[in-house]
Amino acid sequence: MTEPAANPAPSLAGLFTGFLTVGLVGFGGVLPWARWMVVEQRRWLTPAAFTDLLGLCQFLPGPNIINMSVALGARFHGVRGALVALAGITLAPIGVVLSLGVLYERYGDDALVQRALAGMAAGAAGLVLATALKIAAPLRGRKLGLAIAAIGFVAIGVLQLPLLATLLVLVPASILLHRGAR
Amino acid sequence: MNPVLLSLAVLFSQLSLVAVGGGNTILPEMQRQVVDVQHWMGPAEFAALFALAQASPGPNMLVATLIGWRVAGGWGALVATLSLFGPPALLTFMTSRLWDRFRERPWRHQVQAGLMPVTAGLVLAASLRLGIASAHTISAVVILVATALAVLFTRLHPLLLFAVAAVAGALGFS
Repeated sequence: MTEPAANPAPSLAGLFTGFLTVGLVGFGGVLPWARWMVVEQRRWLTPAAFTDLLGLCQFLPGPNIINMSVALGARFHGVRGALVALAGITLAPIGVVLSLGVLYERYGDDALVQRALAGMAAGAAGLVLATALKIAAPLRGRKLGLAIAAIGFVAIGVLQLPLLATLLVLVPASILLHRGAR
Repeated sequence: MNPVLLSLAVLFSQLSLVAVGGGNTILPEMQRQVVDVQHWMGPAEFAALFALAQASPGPNMLVATLIGWRVAGGWGALVATLSLFGPPALLTFMTSRLWDRFRERPWRHQVQAGLMPVTAGLVLAASLRLGIASAHTISAVVILVATALAVLFTRLHPLLLFAVAAVAGALGFS
């Protein structure tokens, strides 16, 4: 089976509108939408090239989709491309979130609104729980990985130790212990 | 510079650089700093702002924008957003060209394999802290568990789940 060929490099306007649409439709996880737009709809990258770039975006700190927009923008148009793609992915969501914030400030004291928001907050916690379980699923049966995940969970979730210090110990230890991992 | 803006900039730029495996890993630390260290808001308001960010399109780390806005208005929103997204964006810009060269190096697999369980543990910790901040009533606990199950076992749209959670919360018993 041959992979779909990548189209020629998108224009600056194409980068902006592509990421703008992803930012607007990407509820509850933007990455699936980003993959669809980049690989299937606009064909900027082959599936393999997308997976490879995603590896970098997950490896670096920060929201993966932000890193993805910067890396793709930079690949096609350097600094200007990176800025345009970053603006595309962030502007619409920032507008929406601030509008919700204004509504919250105006109606947040209303008892009914507070209960609805409390319900949404519990739902958001449930969404994060499901995400955590999905991330942890490949660890099933791997004692080392499960032990490291458990240490991280207890240190941050239960003991509430400072994050930076925890990561400075846990990340190098985990990488060293995963020698020979594929 | 206004001291609150400076605190926002320092807090979120530091957090942005330790956000391994996406954004959710820094939520517990963000909550600890915003609620317990800076006393900018209570845990329930933090959970509510996070819910608003989750219910918006785009990266859910936009909770930083909302926190900045609540704490210091428009400038706070701008400073918090730039501080959270700027450093990782800069880092990505500088390294994306190098990355291709390392494609076949074995250490890349080792680093990715080592980061994965840390990410899993921290996102699980985030759900615990958010659960403690938001699930004070029996109905809230039911909503939390039901949403998690729906995400895991159905393909329902997240916005629909948030709408159901909001209605269930408004009608809920305590």
